[in-house]
Amino acid sequence: MTLTPVITEHWDAPDLYTIEGYRRFGGYRALESALKQDPDAIITTIKDSGLRGRGGAGFPTGLKWSFVPQNDGKQHYLVVNADESEPGACKDIPIMMANPHALVEGVIISSFAIRANHAFIYIRGEVPNALRKVANAVAEARRAGYLGTNVLGSGFDIDIVVHAGAGAYICGEETALLDSLEGFRGQPRLKPPFPAVAGLYASPTVINNVETICNIPYIIDRGLDWFRQFGTEKSPGFKVWAVSGHVNNPGIFEAPLGITMRQLLEYAGGVRGGGNVKFWLPGGSSVPLLTAEHLDLPLTYEEMAAAGTMLGTGTPMIFDDTVSVVKAVTRWLEFYKHESCGKCTPCREGTYWITGMLETFEHGHGRESDLELLVSACNQIAGRSFCALGDAAATPYPAALKYFRDEFVAATHTPVDDTFDPVASYIHAGAAAR
Amino acid sequence: MTENTTTEIVPTVSVTIDGVALQVPKGTLAIRAAEMIGVEIPRFCDHPLLEPVAACRACLIEVEGMPKPQPACAQVVGEGMTIRTQQSSEVAKDAQEGVMEFLLINHPLDCPVCDKGGECPLQNQAMSAGRGESRFEGEKRTFDKPINVSAQILLDRERCVSCARCTRFADQIAGDPMIELLERGAQQQVGTASDEPFDSYFSGNTVQICPVGALTSAAYRFRSRPFDLVSVPTTCEHCASGCSLRTDYRRGVVTRRLAWDSPEVNEEWNCDKGRFAFAYLAEGRITTPLVREDGELRPASWPEAIDVAARGLAAAGSRTGVLTGGRLTQEDAYGYAKFARAVLGTDSIDFRARATSPEETQFLRAAVAGAPIGVTYTALEQAPFVLLVGFEPEDESPIVFLRLRKARTRVVSVGAVATRGLDKMGGELLAALPGQEAAALRDLPADIRAALEQPGAVILAGERIAASAGAPSAVSTLAASTGAALAWVPRRAGERGALDAGALAGLLPGGRPLIDAQARAQVAAIWGIDTAALPGLPGLSGDDLLTSASRVGLSALLVAGVDPVDLPDPALALRAVDTAAFVVALDHHHSAVTERADVVLPVALVTEKSGTFLDWEGRPRPFGQVFKDALTMSDATVLGMIASAIGTSAGAWDVNGIRRELTALGPWQGARAVVPGVQPQAAAGAGFRLASWRELLDAGVLQEGEPFLAATARPSAAIVSAAAAARLGSPATVTVTGPAGSVTLPLEVGAVLDDVVFVPMHSSECSIYRDLGARIGTAVDVTAGGAA
Ligand SMILES: Cc1cc2nc3c(=O)[nH]c(=O)nc-3n(C[C@H](O)[C@H](O)[C@H](O)COP(=O)(O)O)c2cc1C
Ligand code: SF4
Ligand code: SF4
Ligand code: SF4
Ligand code: FES
Repeated sequence: MTLTPVITEHWDAPDLYTIEGYRRFGGYRALESALKQDPDAIITTIKDSGLRGRGGAGFPTGLKWSFVPQNDGKQHYLVVNADESEPGACKDIPIMMANPHALVEGVIISSFAIRANHAFIYIRGEVPNALRKVANAVAEARRAGYLGTNVLGSGFDIDIVVHAGAGAYICGEETALLDSLEGFRGQPRLKPPFPAVAGLYASPTVINNVETICNIPYIIDRGLDWFRQFGTEKSPGFKVWAVSGHVNNPGIFEAPLGITMRQLLEYAGGVRGGGNVKFWLPGGSSVPLLTAEHLDLPLTYEEMAAAGTMLGTGTPMIFDDTVSVVKAVTRWLEFYKHESCGKCTPCREGTYWITGMLETFEHGHGRESDLELLVSACNQIAGRSFCALGDAAATPYPAALKYFRDEFVAATHTPVDDTFDPVASYIHAGAAAR
Repeated sequence: MTENTTTEIVPTVSVTIDGVALQVPKGTLAIRAAEMIGVEIPRFCDHPLLEPVAACRACLIEVEGMPKPQPACAQVVGEGMTIRTQQSSEVAKDAQEGVMEFLLINHPLDCPVCDKGGECPLQNQAMSAGRGESRFEGEKRTFDKPINVSAQILLDRERCVSCARCTRFADQIAGDPMIELLERGAQQQVGTASDEPFDSYFSGNTVQICPVGALTSAAYRFRSRPFDLVSVPTTCEHCASGCSLRTDYRRGVVTRRLAWDSPEVNEEWNCDKGRFAFAYLAEGRITTPLVREDGELRPASWPEAIDVAARGLAAAGSRTGVLTGGRLTQEDAYGYAKFARAVLGTDSIDFRARATSPEETQFLRAAVAGAPIGVTYTALEQAPFVLLVGFEPEDESPIVFLRLRKARTRVVSVGAVATRGLDKMGGELLAALPGQEAAALRDLPADIRAALEQPGAVILAGERIAASAGAPSAVSTLAASTGAALAWVPRRAGERGALDAGALAGLLPGGRPLIDAQARAQVAAIWGIDTAALPGLPGLSGDDLLTSASRVGLSALLVAGVDPVDLPDPALALRAVDTAAFVVALDHHHSAVTERADVVLPVALVTEKSGTFLDWEGRPRPFGQVFKDALTMSDATVLGMIASAIGTSAGAWDVNGIRRELTALGPWQGARAVVPGVQPQAAAGAGFRLASWRELLDAGVLQEGEPFLAATARPSAAIVSAAAAARLGSPATVTVTGPAGSVTLPLEVGAVLDDVVFVPMHSSECSIYRDLGARIGTAVDVTAGGAA
């Protein structure tokens, strides 16, 4: 399968991030045509496109928009989730740095469709460079008359607020994000009411991922048929794949949904040092890991679900034979323990307990009986926590145990660093060897 | 007779829980629906009076058609829903057991030294819904312990289960979001901003609703085990909100008091004064009768003391003045009302130990005494509009405050200070200089008048209308002309009961006018005396009574629980006591009055007798005796002894007998006094007008002995507007000078009218009557800095 650069097409142009650069490649053309349409028609177009959310859950975007009660006389809001903090996910930040105007144009069109006059872009606080790029793009768009009152004479008013988070993973969860945006402590909200009915400031709100929104101008500009030629029936379109880990050429590759990991690996230059894929994750640490036997599966929402994992953020992480799966899982759990917001018991206490147990394995004194206890503890979290962070925390261990039980058993007597030289697994270690 | 009985149809839904089909009102939560069939789902964060958070996950149940277990505390029952609880679902049972196990991994299990042990929802539910054995063998998280979230409230963080009951209470109920969950994950903990302690008037409720021993009070911490306590339902003696309390005692000593369930009154809350201010019960009692001999009080036997009192009072007879204070039970107040009229033949009696006015006296006779329950808490909750006059609910009747806040009723307060309490109720201020409320009511803006004309609108008049010329008249007229309901909200717990018992000149029990022949006949019949034996004309009350006594107009005083410092002219009160030829004091603690009395008779505390307080609604709040073997006697019993020594029995003097007499009399159905018609009066003098009221926590004698509570009181300050502060040069302290003296207080800027200064009426730092000789509305001087 060939690469199909769309959002990333002109990333090599040094001035793509400026409004002139973006316009040179057809930028803001979609906005002009969108503003001449009926907002409902745009919602229908997005529905028909089959575009699914790129934030991890893959929820159909058009359907989400259609949940917003229209003509209810209330203020509506669009909120862009640019909190990208998932371990392994690195696509939204590059998009915002390289092509921020695609996001701005997408925000304006999407706001027009859902009849929002205020939009917010909530950017992870640790990436000031992305923040600056987006803030600059918003300022340029405002000067160019794409933002403000009566945009391009359409009578539509829209403004965008760029907001910096303070670096909490939980603030990527959409309702915690809303609380954070409102100035409260970022913890998920009880649903119902759902954001589409009572979200930001208790008003109907759509929350979408950066990449999701960046798809919008291209769909409007190039049409449904063009979009649906990529991907599958259930996973149409293309995806900004961010490949990381033990590959020779890690980076961003835009290709249709349905590409396989093996194909992506080729674009990424293969496993470093000609080594083997030991395990990999299709999209962030929150999805169950897969092994080399899954490399030929099409990367679509449906195929990944069938394989017992999820497409997630579509940012594959590749681990070669140098890596201890016990150690990898322990690190992920340390992350979830650290990021658990503390609101609900299963996640707050469960991550504490599981992480503690995993650390005993890492140091070679895990107990064999704890292998099942860990599964049991994960099961006490999964599906019982308040939000998906808890579910995510319960994910890595059972999948790792399924494929690599022996490694955990070995860790009942031998510290993993004795079995797996930690230096060998460093990314630079392979490069040094070459 | 045309009576409209409309039955409200509550829509219901059908649900099946554990195979049992039932109908529940639409909107019912699954956790409550399960309770209806006797199934108790474990819970920690759930609280019926708080918004659901579904945080603890202890209550997970299976709902058919939903892929994951759902929290019963947030799951609204839908039509046709099939629910399986732990009783019939392995999934639910397993989920609940899992959460219980998680809750315990970081819990210290220090039950043997934890205050909650024995009454702990975590202990209990770990037994009922847990697995018995924990599989956790790791290291538990620890914290430094305890930390003070306020002087009174302590927090042992390692015991906290992060249920957010305390923080939701503070935010949703009290409106004091001074505690919040901080940090993340297992480090999540309750805390405050670094320099802002949890000084909420309602903070003690968090200790009570905390489902573990994480929150404790400095007053009770490590004092007792719940299973060693005897619990008695009681009524709070502090204010006219009328809270139901539970008093716990051990070996004859009250160890703590809790808010008790009373859905129509205090729901499940109370204020910190009611909860913590009971140390006075155990300290400084007068233990024996005292009789003055050669200028000194000396212990005396009961027969001797009664004899001396009887002879002195009989000699003074109708020239006796009776002051009962505002804290007596209705039965005791009735005892004084009867004793004055039937035994001494005097009508000079007053229950008000505070600023009064003849206008207020007439208002109370006309509009309040013996009136049936009109405005209720529920009515407040449903009212479209409430106008407050001379009344600061958060300080003067905290449960009224909570109810108005809960209902989000539109509230307008006629006054000089837009208080913190008003702000928390979302209320607005209608500016009126202190003492000038009547003028503001006369010139009421049209929209407020219109709001009062809505059905269900209410005017709440506080006891401070007495200190505002024309205000009692104005609220009466306003209620009549707009159709708004009028309720009078006194501060002290005993005032309304005393009024209805007839402890006010001109009034016989049940609101009966003394001068009405039929009223006199009814009362005389019940008391078994000749109608002619009742005083013929209304006696003295308020300042007149004291003035008269101070000029030997009255030759004896019978005083119960009056602290002269509460009276607007403390010097006059002391002069009256000193001048009166004979003074009998009934009290449980010494005061400036007992020190000067000729006979002192010790009486029972609220814990040693049964009785009734009428709350501001007029609702009887009866309570039983906590200490059944107490040897002390109630005021009425002692009065009965004096009566028999004098030779007039006049019916019953015991609590049950008095209750029978009160019931037999019932409320007065005949003509009432007319409401007063006093005109607003222009302010006199120049300078700052003094605004003042009794703050909830202050130097009141019943709060003595409880330093932790006192430390949560609002710091005393002179509060002026920003403009006034600027004019004064924004000094750190100011000196407020009244006719009788000065006090120096920190200056605080607040939402106060220009040319008004607020000073607390009776705090530990200042008492306006005693220190300034000023009353509400008096012109005072405010100058920068300390006194020269
Ligand atoms: C713990 C957690 C973190 C998340 N972080 C992000 C994030 O950084 N960016 C994002 O777009 N979605 C994130 N999500 C998913 C969002 O809740 C939400 O589903 C998404 O923003 C919706 O946008 P989409 O429909 O366009 O994918 C996170 C979810 C969870 C539970
Ligand atoms: S699962 Fe619970 S503790 Fe974890 S992040 Fe979500 S709400 Fe917070
Ligand atoms: S302190 Fe008590 S009430 Fe507050 S969150 Fe912790 S357990 Fe709940
Ligand atoms: S509100 Fe009044 S009645 Fe209730 S506890 Fe407080 S002082 Fe007592
Ligand atoms: S009681 Fe339901 S989640 Fe806490």
